[in-house]
Amino acid sequence: MRRGITAAALAVTLALAVTACGGDDASGGGKSAGGELSGKVTWWDTSTVGSEDKVFEELAEGFEKLHPKVDVVYVNVPFGDAQNKFKNAAQANSGAPDVIRSEVAWTPEFADLGYLAPLDGTPALKDGADFLPQAAASTRYAGKTYAVPQVIDSMGLFYNKKIFKEAGVEVPATVDALKATAKTVKEKTGKTGLYLRGDDAYWFLSFLYGEGGNLVDADSKTVTVDNAAGVKALTVVKDLVDSGAARTDATDGWENMQAAFKDGRVAMMINGPWAVTDTYAGAQFTDKANLGIAPVPAGSAAQGAPQGGHNLAVYAGSGNLDASYAFTEYMTSAASQTRIAEKLSLLPTRTSVYTRPGVADNEIVGFFKPVVDKAVERPWIPETGSLFAPLVTEYTKVLTGQTTPEKGAGATGDAYRKLLKGWK
Amino acid sequence: MAVQTGRPVAGTRGGKTARGPRPGPGTPSGGLRRAVSTHWYAWAMVAPVVAVIGVIIGYPLVRGVHLSLTDADERNVARHIGVNNLPATYEFVGLDNYRAALTGDQFLSTLGWTLVWTVSCVAVTFALGLGLATLLNRRIAGRSLYRMLLILPWAVPGFVSVFAWRFLYNEDRGLLNKLLAGGGIDAVPWLNDPTWAKFSVIAVNIWLGVPFMMVALLGGLQSLPGELYEAAEMDGADAWQRFVHITLPGLRPVSTTVILLSTIWTFNMFPVIFLLTRGGPGEATQILVTQAYKFSFEISPRDYAQSSTWGVLILVLLMLFAALYRRVLRNQGDSW
Repeated sequence: MRRGITAAALAVTLALAVTACGGDDASGGGKSAGGELSGKVTWWDTSTVGSEDKVFEELAEGFEKLHPKVDVVYVNVPFGDAQNKFKNAAQANSGAPDVIRSEVAWTPEFADLGYLAPLDGTPALKDGADFLPQAAASTRYAGKTYAVPQVIDSMGLFYNKKIFKEAGVEVPATVDALKATAKTVKEKTGKTGLYLRGDDAYWFLSFLYGEGGNLVDADSKTVTVDNAAGVKALTVVKDLVDSGAARTDATDGWENMQAAFKDGRVAMMINGPWAVTDTYAGAQFTDKANLGIAPVPAGSAAQGAPQGGHNLAVYAGSGNLDASYAFTEYMTSAASQTRIAEKLSLLPTRTSVYTRPGVADNEIVGFFKPVVDKAVERPWIPETGSLFAPLVTEYTKVLTGQTTPEKGAGATGDAYRKLLKGWK
Repeated sequence: MAVQTGRPVAGTRGGKTARGPRPGPGTPSGGLRRAVSTHWYAWAMVAPVVAVIGVIIGYPLVRGVHLSLTDADERNVARHIGVNNLPATYEFVGLDNYRAALTGDQFLSTLGWTLVWTVSCVAVTFALGLGLATLLNRRIAGRSLYRMLLILPWAVPGFVSVFAWRFLYNEDRGLLNKLLAGGGIDAVPWLNDPTWAKFSVIAVNIWLGVPFMMVALLGGLQSLPGELYEAAEMDGADAWQRFVHITLPGLRPVSTTVILLSTIWTFNMFPVIFLLTRGGPGEATQILVTQAYKFSFEISPRDYAQSSTWGVLILVLLMLFAALYRRVLRNQGDSW
């Protein structure tokens, strides 16, 4: 019996020791007596590997020069996995980064789940008034600010000027013209007109906005994806695929789209500024002038592309909050944004950066700025990040002929009403 | 109390009586105490294993069953992140989740495809494995080389094979469509058309599963006595008759086991579906386990309750299957 007590006591001691270790701050950072930042800051970047990541990595390492005692750990997490990976790590309270590049729709969701540290009054939010209002909108949740805008974007119609010339077509401004153009391209050159991503519903939004639809209306708490406009938009994209104007894919859509466009196998795609650097690397675009970008085609009711972008957010469980705030400020500063815009043609979120040399004369930035200004802002509710999963399932089903546009829109609406309790 | 009768015997000569038949009905506590005192070393040896199994199997199982009786999701489970301490707010809902799963069409339609997937995979894998094993059981030149090559899919890590297949299946750039184009056939939307996608995932799973079947059945074939075949040949039985009347019955112990194992594995074959199509296009190739994973990890907010409900239902289905299968075999005179 006495042995039992000893064993139990040992077990309790061990358990205490283990939890004490777990509770202890592993990165051990903070401010030393002199106010100098130290410790480790892990940053999860989600930029495109091979074209964007090197620039971001170099930029992040620049922080170490300013603060020699801080060790910046750069980790590139593929964009498609980052949301889930962060949620797994944050909920388990182990392995989450100190700072994450959070897509605009994820930010309110992470904040709602309690994963993010509020940034009001911290050094992270320096010169907050400089940010574009539409970029700052997604960083606020329940009266607090949970992120700092890093880049803003929207979408446009990318086209291959050489193929257009060969086929003798003009840039289409409407969906009907898009279909006609694609058909002419096919007849004259044998190439596919348009690549339409079928595995990601974000690429469907400009068609939805074009018919006057939207996913939800947050003001009146109404689900709108299954109204007449939503059904019409699904009919439009299905017709583009069925008529042979567009080709689509249910797997590896991004890789297939970029490869087909870069090799000149398709003439058009809808994409955002984040694709520009990768597209320039393609054989067709060694002469950068061959890439044309136009506003997304208008539908029967309107013309509009979604507003997107990325924020930097600080993990609430970070063991090194001071350095994380400083890192976030550094990465979103006017100087960093200037460099990102110059090197990668990504759009700054600070008003002041647009007038800087190297940014003001950047063609891509110049094209997308008015697009972003007119872009359709999404509702920044915690569920915004959850709206795509049900939609993409039904969207793919419609494109592959497993369901009708009416049923697909209806099923998406039902899923939304289950998600948004009490909405109409 | 009468129940005390057995104790003096156990007390005096515990070591021996414990092994022999019990002299009388002991109290549960008395029996337990005796068992502990005589076999304490055995208990001590078993304890770590029991503890480990309890931690890695028992606890998750109990926790899963518990979650399936609640409305737990990502928003209402307890979280401790830095300064944020959020308590759990999920509630007990009884059998509501099971009712929803069994009366809605999602579970039943997914189950339907899961059954088609399992039966077709196991049937074709078994037939191919048996054919190859029979071929390789003969004395042919380069037999070991063929055996080596046929076992290769098994030696490659599953995810590597599946990714290789995904490249082969790519509609634009994949090797399969390039070969077909050489033969003048239009590109096949291997993973982008619901019917083709179903065909594609089944084909990959068969490719992965045949080596196991082949090796197991080859082992079974080699244990069959050659005299039986000689005797049958003397009696004038042709090759097909020898196969049906000697090979198949002789393989019964092996084949029943591999079919049971293969059925359970295929039913829960997560990596092939997940890595090849992620259950798509739409939900066309989603089997029960990949859908349960989707509830728990891919949608948001993550639906832990629904996911564990599906998990428990999968467990129940497989246990029912195994019990039925055993009963059928026992009725046919097999004992195992």
